[in-house]
Amino acid sequence: MLLIHCPYCDETLPEAEFAYAGEAHIARPADPSALTDEEWRDFLFIRTNARGPHYERWRHIHGCGRFFNACRDTVSDRFLMTYKAGEERPAHATLEAAE
Amino acid sequence: MTAQRHDFDAAPFRLEELPWSPRFSLRVRPQNRAALEGALGLTLPARIGERSMTGGTEVLCLGPDEWTVLVPESGRDALVDAGARIYAQTPHSLVEISDREITLRLSGPQALTALTAGCPRDVEALQTGRAARTLFDSATVILWRDGADSFRMDVWRSFLPHVRAILDKVAAELKSGL
Repeated sequence: MLLIHCPYCDETLPEAEFAYAGEAHIARPADPSALTDEEWRDFLFIRTNARGPHYERWRHIHGCGRFFNACRDTVSDRFLMTYKAGEERPAHATLEAAE
Repeated sequence: MTAQRHDFDAAPFRLEELPWSPRFSLRVRPQNRAALEGALGLTLPARIGERSMTGGTEVLCLGPDEWTVLVPESGRDALVDAGARIYAQTPHSLVEISDREITLRLSGPQALTALTAGCPRDVEALQTGRAARTLFDSATVILWRDGADSFRMDVWRSFLPHVRAILDKVAAELKSGL
């Protein structure tokens, strides 16, 4: 079982307490009706599908209930770091230091 | 020939349902926490998992803006009134959830072993005097550690038959020395 660090509880807890919630840092367009069909399709459906570090959202649903962001390596399934929702996406240099 | 020895324990742990008592869910933005503390006369711990006891009222911090409040029946109306008075100045949500959960008490030398049957978290690492919302075999529960081998578990009432069935099975297994 994966162990995930919840940035709100500040504890490393089993994966069973968490729920995956898709890719992180996808901002909803401010004015959706101004978008073309292609832009709207990209917002809704087109995802990075990264091989390697992937920024994604998780929710500590059976704990504090909070959504937070994580960077997970999709090859090794290792969590490189987790950080609170609303914080900037960490640069790759920060990630390497965290490893 | 080898023989395996089993330690039989007639009463590995005790499981009892605690009587009903009022319970509230309190939510308030962190910047308004101090103001609400004064108005309600309670201590709202800032760290998740920490508990406080004021008079007979017990408060547990469940999330950055969420607390659960166990209040004696005699203090319920006073708490609701205090919340209503401060509501305009300090917006918050104080919702009675007394009927949502039933509290079980687990105690005895193997209470910890019994909990590990359902909790994926390291229950042993939960410090005495703290509590955590976690999982017991697919049911969300709040686990309070009152002593080294004394726990309370708040279970949503619809999940209670499932949780009890597992704990009864674990008790039977422990009794037979498995």
